Amino acid sequence: MSLWRHFTRGLRTLARPAAADDDLADELQQFVDAAASDFIAQGVPPEEARRRAQRELGNAVAVRDQVRSYGWENVMSDFFGDLRYALRQLRNHAGFSFTAILILALGIGASTAIFSAVNPILFKALPYPHAERLTTIFEMKGGGSRLVSFGFFYGMKNFNAEKGGSGPFEALAVYRAWQPAVMGLGQPERLEGQRVSAEYFRVLGAIPVLGRDFQAADDVHHGPNLVILSDRLWRRRFNSDPAIIGRKINLENNSSQLSAGGDVFTVIGVMPAGFENVLAPEAELWSPLQYDAALPPRSAVWGHHLQTIGRLREGFTRQSATGELEVFLPTLKQMYAKGFAEAGGPAEGVIIDSMQNSLTAGVRPGLLAVLGAVVLVLIIACVNVTNLLLARGAQRRGEFAMRASLGAEPRRLVRQLLTESLLLALIAGVCALAIAQAGVKAIVALGPAGLPRLDAIRLDSAVFLFALIVTSVVGLVVGVMPAFNASHSDPHTGLQQNSRTSSHSHQFTRRTLVVSEVGLALVLLVSAGLLLRSLERLFSIDPGFDASHLLTMQVQESGDRYVSDAARARFFKESLQAASQLPGVLSAAFTNQLPLSGDYEVYGMEFEAFPNDDEPAFRYAVTPEYIQTMRIPLRRGRLLDENDRAGAPVAVLISESLAKRKFAGKDPAGQRVRMGPGMHQSNAPWATIVGVVGDVKQLSLATNEPDAFYTTPEQWAWVDNVETLILRTRGDASALAPAARAAIWSIDKDQPIVRVATMQSLVTTSEAERRFALMLFETFAIVGLILAATGIYGVLAGSVTERTREIGVRSALGASRGSILSLILQQGLTLAGMGIAIGVVGALAASQALRSLMFGISRLDPVTYLAVIGLLFVVSALACWLPAWRAARVDPVVALRAE
Amino acid sequence: MDDQNTDVIQGTLDLLILKTLSLEPMHGFGISRRVEQISRGVFKINPGSLLIALQRLERAGWIDSEWKQTENSRRAKFYSLTRAGTRQLELETADWTRRASAIERLLKVEG
Repeated sequence: MSLWRHFTRGLRTLARPAAADDDLADELQQFVDAAASDFIAQGVPPEEARRRAQRELGNAVAVRDQVRSYGWENVMSDFFGDLRYALRQLRNHAGFSFTAILILALGIGASTAIFSAVNPILFKALPYPHAERLTTIFEMKGGGSRLVSFGFFYGMKNFNAEKGGSGPFEALAVYRAWQPAVMGLGQPERLEGQRVSAEYFRVLGAIPVLGRDFQAADDVHHGPNLVILSDRLWRRRFNSDPAIIGRKINLENNSSQLSAGGDVFTVIGVMPAGFENVLAPEAELWSPLQYDAALPPRSAVWGHHLQTIGRLREGFTRQSATGELEVFLPTLKQMYAKGFAEAGGPAEGVIIDSMQNSLTAGVRPGLLAVLGAVVLVLIIACVNVTNLLLARGAQRRGEFAMRASLGAEPRRLVRQLLTESLLLALIAGVCALAIAQAGVKAIVALGPAGLPRLDAIRLDSAVFLFALIVTSVVGLVVGVMPAFNASHSDPHTGLQQNSRTSSHSHQFTRRTLVVSEVGLALVLLVSAGLLLRSLERLFSIDPGFDASHLLTMQVQESGDRYVSDAARARFFKESLQAASQLPGVLSAAFTNQLPLSGDYEVYGMEFEAFPNDDEPAFRYAVTPEYIQTMRIPLRRGRLLDENDRAGAPVAVLISESLAKRKFAGKDPAGQRVRMGPGMHQSNAPWATIVGVVGDVKQLSLATNEPDAFYTTPEQWAWVDNVETLILRTRGDASALAPAARAAIWSIDKDQPIVRVATMQSLVTTSEAERRFALMLFETFAIVGLILAATGIYGVLAGSVTERTREIGVRSALGASRGSILSLILQQGLTLAGMGIAIGVVGALAASQALRSLMFGISRLDPVTYLAVIGLLFVVSALACWLPAWRAARVDPVVALRAE
Repeated sequence: MDDQNTDVIQGTLDLLILKTLSLEPMHGFGISRRVEQISRGVFKINPGSLLIALQRLERAGWIDSEWKQTENSRRAKFYSLTRAGTRQLELETADWTRRASAIERLLKVEG
């Protein structure tokens, strides 16, 4: 009730302030009148009575103000007054307001966007219970790490299981990618999925929300066709059917091993909506791996293609778990010696990495560098705003002195300034929020493909508040200073103070700020420059083939028709014929792995001449036209041809580096080798090296792993069911994609074609991470440059205004325009020069942190440094030019009268 | 100057106003004079504090205000006690009596 009255009365006052004022004035007047008539009634003469009445009331204005300070509405209306005044101030100084808001918004927006992206990727724990116990396991080989073969995993899992409750892992699992097509229920659709061993979800600590998890009995060779769906797929494809468990769905299975159940899969579970599958974010369904635990030789179980994850048992560290596994390793090697020999030899050790670390290892250097860059931007923004507000405060000293001398309380002045600064911060905050929002979206959209946990990236409100508070607190403190000065110093000096006598310490501060700004901008620019030059160097690297005018597409075969190798080979042969007859196609070829596409297939190689040293090398099963189509140079011997077919003696090409290392300049032609499954099998036939071809970059332009061997598909132990078609075209490669697809589908319209890309775009995306870092650095460097230029301009413009009189005196005494111009220019460029000197030192330190992103250039690269220094000088000179030009045009008469 | 303290004891201004208004509706000056008279000049109310207190009591719902003619046919803002105000006066009176007698007892012990 009383609250209600408070509210309504307050509203009434607010709605009609004049009426409330009149009411109060009337009541005060009536008070005086009543008092006067009271005195008259006591016999005091009317004049005297009136005077006494007035005295009894006291200062009417003071009383009115006192009464008006009561009630929430009056606090509000004071605030509104301040706000109106602040808005007027911001509007009247639009240039200042715009600059300040822009700087704040850019600084806060950019840093919020970057922190929002980096935080979940690098720093937040993975979204699983006890995420710190999650690990990724690799085989150690040749000093590096490689994926695990099923044989190795199987041995490791049994070892762990035999130890019961004291094995180092609570759960262990392997997985690989799986892309089945869902048939029926409308449009067929190719899905991303995973084949996982039974404990996959137990490792992650997730359980299906509907139905059940996989069990050991599900994950057996020729076991039942089972599938667990993601919440997304369940909703999208199956209308959130509550009775989904037990339903049979048709999945065309493109895995090489066909299960007993054919294409019919039974749904046994649905994962919860909150389950984030960080290992394969696109995966929407899971099926048991069902590899053959009998570990037959010459089968996929020995290929190094399985990702392995494990959940450490409580009490185990990664070190102690590694120790346990390594004790067991010799036994394992012995047990599976034959299998290991097939696939490049047994592991030399085990590498247990934390899951988070291995997920982010690829992107960490780039993200940390970007994080550093955005911190620099934020600092520059802070410095710039401080600078602006200092200048603004100096201009307003007179105003504050005036208001203080007219009786404004210090508290009131500070409140006014706080309102102004807060208003500025608020507007900037709103703009920054928009920038941050857009930035986060851009990062998710433009981020390199390897960026993990994209789904978890969203605007981080804590970071936003942090950035907003940091920048605006700096601004507030600086902004309120002049009010304190004005109210605590003698108003007389303040009023007298004019533009001529602005304090020296204040000038010094502003110049220091400009110097630091230039320095910070230089650090950013040099970093961006180094990255740019690295990327230039990378793209000028010869990938070993001619990437222009090449169209590539991955062709998969699936379905019962292609169970036999012969059927597969026929399909690929006919497709190749159809594709190479397309108009505009110069030549065409199939390969099992495509350079710079993410493909990675390495097999061991045994040389007859060196029986003891096996060499791992990239395996290429290619149709004879491949080498010419890719324009890989032939160094010695001959290329593969039609005669190298099934049944004929196996012909092998090896890469130049491998040939050089093994045969030291002698012609390797005629040397005999055995590869992959045939290694060290005394009954397996030898293959003969017939030629040497140039090295090719398979993994990335920056990695140097040139060992490779090539055979025709017919002469390899099996026919791959996923191959990449490459077309050398006469004109634009991408324009040919529809025709090429149609050509393959004319052979069999049911075969999925994926990953259609020009070789040129593959080369570009293979460096996506560096490009991403470079893009952000460039953006930040430009922002930093603009801020630094505004800073220099601001200081000089202010200083010219303050020195108008001095300049007038100089020109009255005969100084030429040129000399005045050079005076101001010199002043500005001195600041820039000092900033550059400091910045170079900073850049030297910063480039140290960028080393892992750099390629082919020194971090002291003189070209970059000189170019950046030149750029900064030019920009600073431009920023000095305008105020200097204005100063030179000052009319001495006007200037001398300026005060 | 009269240096005797005529400030109203802190926290008792509301009680004094409510009590005064319980006799009859009155305007601001009337309340002020009445308090002064009854207290025989011990308490003098500052007009500013009085008007703020009146606003506060009105918003609390204990008094109402109305512009009316005075006996000498002038317009004045008259304040009157509401029913809630009467209850509040009883409460505050009881409270005051309890405190005052406590203080009195304490002072007696000392004496």
